[in-house]
Amino acid sequence: MNTKEVLSLFDSEVIAINLGLPSFAENLASYGANVVNVDWRPPASGNLEALKALEQIEKSAKVDIETANKEAVRRILGAEPTVVNIGTAIDTVPGMAKDLVLHSGPPINWDKMCGPMRGAVIGGLIYEGLASDPKEAETLAASGKIRFDSCHHHNAVGPMAGVMTASMPVWIVENKAFGNTAYCTLNEGLGKVLRYGAYSEEVIDRLKWIQDELAPILKDALKLHGPIDMKSIIAQILQMGDEGHNRNRAGTSIIIRELAPHIVMLDYPKEKLSRALAFLNANDHFFLNLSMPSAKCSVDAAAGIEGSTIITTMARNGVEFGIKLSGLPGQWFTGPSGVIDGLYLPGFGPKDAARDIGDSVITETAGFGGFAMAAAPAIVKFVGGSPEDALAVTESMYAICNAESETYRIPVLDFRGTPTGIDVRKVVETGILPAINTGIAHKEPGIGMVGAGLVKPPENAFIDALIAFASKYTN
Amino acid sequence: MKKISLKRGSYYDSVFLMLATRELKGIDGVKDAIVAMATPMNVELLKNLAYPEAEFEGLGPNDLLIAVDAENEEKADMAISKAYSALAEKKTASSRSGQTNAPTLAAAIKLEPEANLALISVPSSFAAREARKALEAGLHTMVFSDNVSIEDEIALKTYAVSKGLLLMGPDCGTAIINGKPLCFANDVRRGPIGIVAASGTGLQEISCLIDRYGQGISQAIGTGGRDLKNPAIGGMTSLLAIEALAQDPDTKVIVVIAKPPAAETAEKVVKALRKSHKPAVVHFLGAKPGRDEEKLAFAANLEEAAMLAALFAGGSKSTEEAKITAHSNETKERYKLPDRASIARLAAMEDAKLSLEQRWLRGLYTGGTLADEALFLAHEILGGVRSNNQTDPEWIMEDPTKSIGHCIIDLGDDFFTSGKPHPMIDPVARAERIDIEANDPETAVLLVDCVIGYGSHEDPAGILVPVIRSAKAKAAKRGGSLAVIASVTGTDSDPQKHGAQAAALEEAGAIVMPSNYRAALLAIEIAKLACSGGSR
Repeated sequence: MNTKEVLSLFDSEVIAINLGLPSFAENLASYGANVVNVDWRPPASGNLEALKALEQIEKSAKVDIETANKEAVRRILGAEPTVVNIGTAIDTVPGMAKDLVLHSGPPINWDKMCGPMRGAVIGGLIYEGLASDPKEAETLAASGKIRFDSCHHHNAVGPMAGVMTASMPVWIVENKAFGNTAYCTLNEGLGKVLRYGAYSEEVIDRLKWIQDELAPILKDALKLHGPIDMKSIIAQILQMGDEGHNRNRAGTSIIIRELAPHIVMLDYPKEKLSRALAFLNANDHFFLNLSMPSAKCSVDAAAGIEGSTIITTMARNGVEFGIKLSGLPGQWFTGPSGVIDGLYLPGFGPKDAARDIGDSVITETAGFGGFAMAAAPAIVKFVGGSPEDALAVTESMYAICNAESETYRIPVLDFRGTPTGIDVRKVVETGILPAINTGIAHKEPGIGMVGAGLVKPPENAFIDALIAFASKYTN
Repeated sequence: MKKISLKRGSYYDSVFLMLATRELKGIDGVKDAIVAMATPMNVELLKNLAYPEAEFEGLGPNDLLIAVDAENEEKADMAISKAYSALAEKKTASSRSGQTNAPTLAAAIKLEPEANLALISVPSSFAAREARKALEAGLHTMVFSDNVSIEDEIALKTYAVSKGLLLMGPDCGTAIINGKPLCFANDVRRGPIGIVAASGTGLQEISCLIDRYGQGISQAIGTGGRDLKNPAIGGMTSLLAIEALAQDPDTKVIVVIAKPPAAETAEKVVKALRKSHKPAVVHFLGAKPGRDEEKLAFAANLEEAAMLAALFAGGSKSTEEAKITAHSNETKERYKLPDRASIARLAAMEDAKLSLEQRWLRGLYTGGTLADEALFLAHEILGGVRSNNQTDPEWIMEDPTKSIGHCIIDLGDDFFTSGKPHPMIDPVARAERIDIEANDPETAVLLVDCVIGYGSHEDPAGILVPVIRSAKAKAAKRGGSLAVIASVTGTDSDPQKHGAQAAALEEAGAIVMPSNYRAALLAIEIAKLACSGGSR
């Protein structure tokens, strides 16, 4: 028998890892040994079917999962999201059509949609001139003459309801490293806005203004500026107190800084240029619609790798939360959208809240947003109140990720890279669910944002994905 | 020579860049270095330093520049790669001494890459998987959890042995590695005796006795109860442990304790011990001792095993010499096996106080192996003792909660512990049972263990004292006397302290014997007298 290892144990100080009774760790520590106590929880929260799938994958995988995951992570980390242009959805977004309405989250039809999403669809149809009033829009939406589809099926993402229609201007964000592209509408600001299900005249008027005035100005300014390197900007905003999902103040400021010198050179009436800059300045979340497609084109590059357990999409439509795995392209795994644990704007409370909605969770999927919570102490109130809570959120995410970002770093963690590349095996095994920062929409269409907070995704989506993975990739 | 390296589209904070610059400047053979973002100002600076202008085409503030002026190409390349690695350096929480916490095994290994041992005490259905992961990570593994399937145990041990790793357990309660007590273990002296034990309290008892005899332990390896007993496992862990102890320069004597193994496994153990060329002591609980060899002694009980090991460690040249010393009346007190005559005297004194109806021995144990040692002895001498640990099917207790006749009860048995803490951790259930036995006017003698050390209750004697007092008072009230015989398994270095525990028990009126074996002998002797009418 080979006794080398045992003899080397006899020859070294005991450094133990304790799983189970914490007193065993305490005893050893009190005796002067170094011991790491694992905060052990039953794998898969004790779900035997999930545990079986995990073991199947561990024992009889037909593919080299580690190699596949390394490649997936390499692609996410190596992505180079770059804002290249602004286009019109119908001309640029693949598969876009006049009778098509894209929405956030996994696919869903009109009859199943939640209030805010229905509101946004109504607004979208009025905006397109397909209906002249809300009633007509509802009838049309229910008639079957309008098709609905997930933004994700068109390389797009949308915050909250995520409604995108044919005439809307969209950011075009290209992943220079891998050649794929992602699209997202321009952020409309706060208050009564389409993404929260508002469709009043002021909402439609603002959308029209964005289409006719803001988008052309930004497009021209971008042309003068040249492509915007989003990877560098996201790296910077994490060092300026943003996490790129619930806080976008630094990111919006940087975009204004980048574009302002070019905007002022444009051949438009001064009032229009000023109005554009004022709009950007008044909207802290303007950057969100850039951070999202940046995240989207980063993770999309990692989709479809045979045998990879890395999560490449997370998204919610207000009814369901869905994920996709790199190794199971085209398949959604869903569970009910969660109730958000958050803080409310004056006059609103949990009874007003819609369920978790929107594609903005793509930021967490790409390794920032809630995963970079430690970088955003200014919004710790959303996660429990203290900076320690924010640190704990980020630190717990390392346990479910396969890598750390080389570019996105967190000053307070001694510039440690953000946790990146969520491995569904680790999520199921540890029961640690991805931490997601999010805004809260009013459950009735047309009212808008009522708060923000932290939401837990449904565990069963991850378990189902793992089981499907096991059935495809094990003997 | 001046060399430039570029990485487009990678933003770094200026503090990082300055640190990297400083690091490069410190390299021998590097005259100057700049690590910076390609801002117009920095580009201008580099141009002024006569770096080739062509290199700076189309660069912007989001592009990383590493400019090195070095003695030669090789030095320059080295500096550049150093700059990249400095910038890419990953930061993880630094490891601290004492106890740290981690959310998962994988995270724990990351936190403590030098870890060499995993302790697993998770619920049974998850234990095998955690053990496999620990072994896969190259950790020696101790599985405290029980009820792991035999198939899992075979698979785990086969894998462990193939990697040369120790898999202690499943159902392994005790080990001492490099002087560190694991799970339930005592603070014993370090010394030249290596132990391989299939039983927890057996290991505790023998290591504490060795300590009391002035000797010490090099390593004590628990194997789990089935390792030697089950022919399909065939002693995989025991044999690896014996071989390692054989090669360990700090181990001079090897002790093996287990329940009787299958014949061919026993043969393998004996062969491995012979091959070690070290003196060895073997005790198979409840079995007749095997045939002694020159350097291989079979012990009849735990106390004798400890003593023989101590004698070998102290210089005895052969089994014969050690046994003569152990059994001789001439030997000084420390190395002396119990003297039957003095035990008989003590028993007669206790028996004289009993009332006529008091007849039965009631042993109430928290330690399984200690219960077994008393049971085998009592069953043999008294001819019929009921127990939940009985191997003689005629005498297995139908209802372990009800004592009939002589009984030795293992309160750490699954029957009593499912959903409750083990009585070594929480001895209250045993105290309640003592009270029940004390209410039985036929109880003559109460035999108890008191296992201290790491993992055990902070003051097990303290729990026993009031209930012993009240039990004795009840017997006195009925006109008799209850004999209470105890032993304390532990050392004075244990947190609870052997001396203090023994003193507290004596204060309460118990007779504290120096070993479980002797306590059992005395209690059995009293019961024998009581049953036969004795001196009354």
